[in-house]
Amino acid sequence: MAVNFKEQESIVEDILSVYSERAKKNRKEHIGINDKEACGSCVAKSNVKSLPGVMTPRGCAYAGSKGVVWGPVKDVINISHGPIGCGHYSWGTRRNLAEGEPAVENFVPFQFTTDFKERDIVFGGDKKLEQAIKELHELFPTAKGIIIESECPIGLIGDDIEAVAKKMTDEIGIPIIPVRCEGFRGVSQSLGHHIANDSIRDFVVGKGEIDNGKKTPYDVAVLGDYNIGGDVWSSMKIFKEMGLNVVAHWSGDGSIEEMKITHGVNYNLLHCYRSMNYIATHFEEKYGIPWIEYNFFGPTKIKESIRKIAKLFDENIQEKSEEVIKAYEPKMQEVIDKYRPRLEGKKVMLLVGGLRPRHIVGAYEDLGMKVVSTAYEFAHNDDYERTTKEVENGTVVADDMNEYEFVELANRLKPDLVASGIKEKYVFQKMGIPFRQMHSWDYSGPYHGYDGFEIFARDMDLAINSPSWKLVKPLWKK
Amino acid sequence: MEKEEIKKIKDWMNTEEYKEKNFNRKAIVINPERACQPLGAVLCAAGFEGTMPFVHGSHGCVAYYRNNLSRHFREPFSAVCTSLTEDGAVFGGQANGFEGFKNAAALYKPKMFAISTTCMTEIIGDDLGSIVGNAREKGILTEDIAAPYANTPSFAGSHLEGYDSMLNAIIETLGKKTDAAKTDTINIIPGFETTIGNINEVKRILKIFGINFLVLADYSNTLDSPLNGEYKMYPDGATKLEDVKNCLNNKATVVLQKYSTKKTSATLSEKLKQDVRIVKSPIGINATDEFLMTLSEISGKEVPKELEDERGKAIDSMTDAQQYIHGKKFAIFGDPDMLVGLTSYLLEMGGIPKYVLCSNGNEDFKKEIEDLFSSYSESEGEVYIDKDLWHLRSLVMTSPVDMFIGPSHGKFAARDAKVPHIRIGYPIFDRVNIHRYPIYGYSGVINLTTWIVNKFLDILDDTCDDAHFELMR
Repeated sequence: MAVNFKEQESIVEDILSVYSERAKKNRKEHIGINDKEACGSCVAKSNVKSLPGVMTPRGCAYAGSKGVVWGPVKDVINISHGPIGCGHYSWGTRRNLAEGEPAVENFVPFQFTTDFKERDIVFGGDKKLEQAIKELHELFPTAKGIIIESECPIGLIGDDIEAVAKKMTDEIGIPIIPVRCEGFRGVSQSLGHHIANDSIRDFVVGKGEIDNGKKTPYDVAVLGDYNIGGDVWSSMKIFKEMGLNVVAHWSGDGSIEEMKITHGVNYNLLHCYRSMNYIATHFEEKYGIPWIEYNFFGPTKIKESIRKIAKLFDENIQEKSEEVIKAYEPKMQEVIDKYRPRLEGKKVMLLVGGLRPRHIVGAYEDLGMKVVSTAYEFAHNDDYERTTKEVENGTVVADDMNEYEFVELANRLKPDLVASGIKEKYVFQKMGIPFRQMHSWDYSGPYHGYDGFEIFARDMDLAINSPSWKLVKPLWKK
Repeated sequence: MEKEEIKKIKDWMNTEEYKEKNFNRKAIVINPERACQPLGAVLCAAGFEGTMPFVHGSHGCVAYYRNNLSRHFREPFSAVCTSLTEDGAVFGGQANGFEGFKNAAALYKPKMFAISTTCMTEIIGDDLGSIVGNAREKGILTEDIAAPYANTPSFAGSHLEGYDSMLNAIIETLGKKTDAAKTDTINIIPGFETTIGNINEVKRILKIFGINFLVLADYSNTLDSPLNGEYKMYPDGATKLEDVKNCLNNKATVVLQKYSTKKTSATLSEKLKQDVRIVKSPIGINATDEFLMTLSEISGKEVPKELEDERGKAIDSMTDAQQYIHGKKFAIFGDPDMLVGLTSYLLEMGGIPKYVLCSNGNEDFKKEIEDLFSSYSESEGEVYIDKDLWHLRSLVMTSPVDMFIGPSHGKFAARDAKVPHIRIGYPIFDRVNIHRYPIYGYSGVINLTTWIVNKFLDILDDTCDDAHFELMR
């Protein structure tokens, strides 16, 4: 049955009218109105090139590999291989918290770069890379691996980083891993996730074993949690209470040592599907390890996820899991009782990456809020298939939404909160619209798990109900 | 790892032996305080009326510049790009350039595209001149949109050179020298200045002087715009394009940063025959005095009494507080012009700029700092160029300092050294509103003194025993 979304359709039509015919045709395919009855991935075309000149929110393959997948792995050194900028901009800006002594057990807070100069571009940088690896090994002898994150020039000047990596692995005896994540590859950071997953598959997976005596039937690995503001820790708490044994968490507060033994687990639990479905599929195909997606945003989805995961295990785990749900219910009710009356009916617009444009919807709904539009930076078909089920009919769903479209859509949908990234934050705040950064949790967090929901609810409330928003108009203009 | 083992390694990292190894490295750079050219270029562009920074390259780069500049200023930062991908690397980026011009003009209606490059487009050898020329010829880039362009390869120099090349391109493209008589207006070039308060302070001084001035590039309003419920992609108060056109007829140009304006200063003085005065960034009393003298000389006006009184008050604030800075050792780092200024100020206060470390300084800079040391007979000061914050860590762990002054990235080494860290410079990601306060001028002297001294006093109060927890400090 076709649903009537005339109003939303005309809003989108109106916004797109400023484009040239060609650009309009292109962008129209990327913006849809959600209809749960229709085919999921039909709502928006995805994972194709961005239009030049439109101010896309997207990043690059390097950002996907170094910034997202490899960057949080704490016991390895990530070299930003190439000129100075990329490593500088991605230095400490993603909030992947990690425990461990910096410079000994934890290299996350560092910026290592081969700092290419003109001569390296002209004569090639392989020798420099080799020398850099030697120096790193000498200065940081406890690093468990060195990851070569290629910046644009590497692929363009024809350097053979694979040969250097192989030679140096033999020479110094720790994995040196070449990653071909040059920024011009692919259409967004998404390809960088894939390339990084493949490099882990090729150089890390299967290189170790869980100690024989330590194996249990409840061994699992958590994939796709980057420990933004401590997300992994609040999620681990739940898994532990359920009776599961988390052998590895990829890659927030994670380590290459854990990655090496992950093939010994019984199940992979996948939070960010977009960035780690590749390795999950590899584990399934090569080692027969099933994987299951879960969602730890907001009590409704957490409950669903706990039950879904518990079903994979025996009665012991299932009982414990029900106890976990029961134990947290009063606390969650308390949070909802406190914040829901302050947030009921508030409208939210989302533009984020990875899993959040769909995963976080339930958490807003737990607080009585309504997601009126949701957009992805770099999703694929399978993300939209999953999204259409999670959001209400009539929600505007957009792919690679640029700044013009986002602002114009907000002008028409009049949200009470915009949840997106740093590039968008101040645009909407200038408009007097409350905002939360949903990549970095706006320097707060965690937002995952039961502990995270309390913080999430508080943060949405403090954003929307801050008295400072009432000061925007002066007395003489009211 | 066992705690003992960790401690052993950490202790070794604090030794002279490790320092020597660390200083011997040739290939790896660790925690450098330095960004790449295009970031400087897009920042410069933000200082001009109706200007959209237009980066020829992949959108990952632009996302990074926008993120980082937004984090520092806590303001929106617009920039578009040509979203080049692999086929662009093979076939060149002209087609994307054309489409980018078309789309950005339709959506964002700029008066100017300030075009810069990235490593990718530099390596594939795209010619900006022909892309712009061809776009004009085909009517894709209409004449009502100015389109200065600059080559800003990320593998040479730093954000300072990128800023310089863009400013140079804008002035060369827009500026028209005519036979008309010189105006009495003075051009002011702040350089890569991310302390908005500094630009505002310079303007305030010029207003007190009664001098007509034109700031090139003025983002003091565009990157500090009022929150009033309306988002303007191009906020009011940027340098007007019409004024840039006429800037070559202005009486003189005063440049406030030597190291971020080399090309622009040379073009103005040598090619365009401007009276160019390159002054030290007015940080501390001496450099501010020199700046005022220069203004007085060019304008023929006496230094106003109001400013002389401000000077006296600043000196007053220094002498009231000098006992807390005298003999204290500082590690300072960041961009070169700021470091010259901070060195000068600390020496005026009897402080010891023990380590002056610059990831993007040159030999001239080094000599300038050494000359400052000599003029105060400062024998303990050391200056390092092309070094990074991991070098700085080795320095402070082997021979300690009392305080760090510099951008946010220094916080890791400051934590290891267990000393306070005053945030100044670019970037500041972890403190609010600092960039609104000037360190320039006599007001800047008061701010610097206040921050530094009160930080020491806070620490004293936080750490002293009860007997020494005194009312008076």
